[in-house]
Amino acid sequence: MSILTKFTGKNTNQYRRSAFWSYGVVIAGFILVSAMNSAGMISNSLQGQLVPICAYIAMAVSLNLVVGISGELSLGHAGFMSVGAFTGVIAATLFQSLPFLWVKLLIAIVVGGLFAGLAGVIIGVPVLRLRGDYLAIVTLAFGEIIRNVLNVIYVGLDEKGLQVATSMEGIHLSENGSMILNGPMGATGITKLSTFFAGFLLVLFTLFVVLNLVNSKHGRAIMAMRDNRIAAESVGLSATNFKMTAFVTGAILAGMSGALFALNYSTVAPVKFNFNTSILVLVFVVLGGIGNITGSIISAAVLTILPEALRQFSDYRMLTYAIVLILVMLATNNPQMKMFLSGLSKQVKAVFSKTKVYHRPQRAEEKGGAE
Amino acid sequence: MTALTYLTGGLSLGSVYAIIALGYTMVYGIAKMLNFAHGDVIMIGGYVVFCTFTYMNIPVWAGLLLGMVVCTALGMLIEKLAYKPLRGTTSLAVLITAIGVSYFLQNAALLIFGSAPKVFTSMFASVPNLELAGGRLILAPETIFTILICILIMVGLQIFTTKTKMGKSMRAVAEDNDAARLMGINVDHTISMTFAIGSALAAVAGVLLCSSYPTLMPTTGSMPGIKAFTAAVFGGIGSIPGAMVGGLLLGIIEILARAYISTELSDAIVFGVLIVVLLVKPTGLLGRKVMEKV
Repeated sequence: MSILTKFTGKNTNQYRRSAFWSYGVVIAGFILVSAMNSAGMISNSLQGQLVPICAYIAMAVSLNLVVGISGELSLGHAGFMSVGAFTGVIAATLFQSLPFLWVKLLIAIVVGGLFAGLAGVIIGVPVLRLRGDYLAIVTLAFGEIIRNVLNVIYVGLDEKGLQVATSMEGIHLSENGSMILNGPMGATGITKLSTFFAGFLLVLFTLFVVLNLVNSKHGRAIMAMRDNRIAAESVGLSATNFKMTAFVTGAILAGMSGALFALNYSTVAPVKFNFNTSILVLVFVVLGGIGNITGSIISAAVLTILPEALRQFSDYRMLTYAIVLILVMLATNNPQMKMFLSGLSKQVKAVFSKTKVYHRPQRAEEKGGAE
Repeated sequence: MTALTYLTGGLSLGSVYAIIALGYTMVYGIAKMLNFAHGDVIMIGGYVVFCTFTYMNIPVWAGLLLGMVVCTALGMLIEKLAYKPLRGTTSLAVLITAIGVSYFLQNAALLIFGSAPKVFTSMFASVPNLELAGGRLILAPETIFTILICILIMVGLQIFTTKTKMGKSMRAVAEDNDAARLMGINVDHTISMTFAIGSALAAVAGVLLCSSYPTLMPTTGSMPGIKAFTAAVFGGIGSIPGAMVGGLLLGIIEILARAYISTELSDAIVFGVLIVVLLVKPTGLLGRKVMEKV
């Protein structure tokens, strides 16, 4: 039994059009925010949110690849983010003597992506043997295991090289050495490398990878597998191969966004990437529309800004967020509500088409109204 | 003797997990949904009983009963307002709604009770410890009562599902929703009853949990909720005996892992065991194998 039973059927042309929109939204958003920023229209708190927004957009798009395109509900996506975050921080510290900021950032992001991809392979092999809700639970379990294991990893660096141990006492650094990871305290003393522009480029890269995968032969095979696994297998597609491709690609992209995210702060603790973060990103994907990449981008951006914008409600903001979430889910999924909304939009459309086709013959007007 | 102490501790924690897991598994079996807000109903139950102990001068059992009544009403209300309108839609939509309800309950509790942890006075504070084997094995009353209550609930639920009309109709709905409807079973009512029972059990679990681990916060329910959910899957989700076995095993594994391997890694070990079990038996220990139709 699949947890995702209904998908938006789209043909290749529609995918191409939606790809155009995805890039368009990101580029327009970047230009708009940059212009507003140089005009001093963006508050300090929002400025601090710019890189996390980019990281969350990349997370949402990569999770949409797993949940929407491949049809496997993953509840542990934040686990890959944390693997990418901490390996990225270690890589950035190892290469801190390199001259350019962006070179270090690039190395960190690539390393983060590689390690998260490795974790994706290790986790994907057992996980993708399961189906539906069981698969969801195991991804949840893996997400928690990653966080738990990161809680007991201590990494230090001195001139002799990296030292890894499972407790503080296990690490013997020389005088010039410093700790990079401190177990539950996480990474401390990070040099901030991430910039909004880097975030923008990462989002573009994520989009490029995901949209090209979706539009390729592989992508169509992945979607065929999602829509009917047995039929897809009977025409000779290997379920594990294609599901694995989507899963590992999603993990790599999540790791890259994790590295970007971590290098935006001076300290990052493993608890930042717990079950709630996985759920948060899943909420972005579901509210943006499952399988709809542009929707993921918009909802990730809006839902990251929204709690900030609701600051004036202070104590009530998370309560409001919860109520809005429930109401949106009811409005978009309840059959009666959906019928009511689509009826409403039909009426609105009919009003507009009537004014437009005022002089046309009677028949065309009826047709316009009935559509 | 220490091993035996750990084992009883594990049984006690496992009993709490089993009671919570029953709520998950019954709801999953009947409504085919993952009710992520279940853990937060436990927390609400804990707070209600905490209030009756602190502000109202009523006996312990009356406080527990009041907690159960409030949670039952809450469970049925949540089902009616949030889940019923989504029946028949994608399970992902229901899942996200359940998460929304979970956020709502946590933040409502945060607003009402504040984020500072409340110290929960154990229900059995007046009962002395039981000393066995010349004082070498000391059993706290919480441990004994938790295990006893769990056994009571197991037996009661087993009788309820096999002997009563409502229990039978629950099993019928779990088996085949449409066929049950054709047989004249009121499916909506049955699902509502399932939520009521699950939530009442959550209140009991909340009180037992807070009696053994006496800090109460708005997030108290989430981690035990996830663990109990794991326990339900471990035993085979949808199966009532599976939830009991899964809960007890999980509690024992967790306590033993904490005692003998590593405190920090105990959760990782618990989840690791779950993964291994699911790989060997993809539908859990006592879960039924579902035939796949083309």
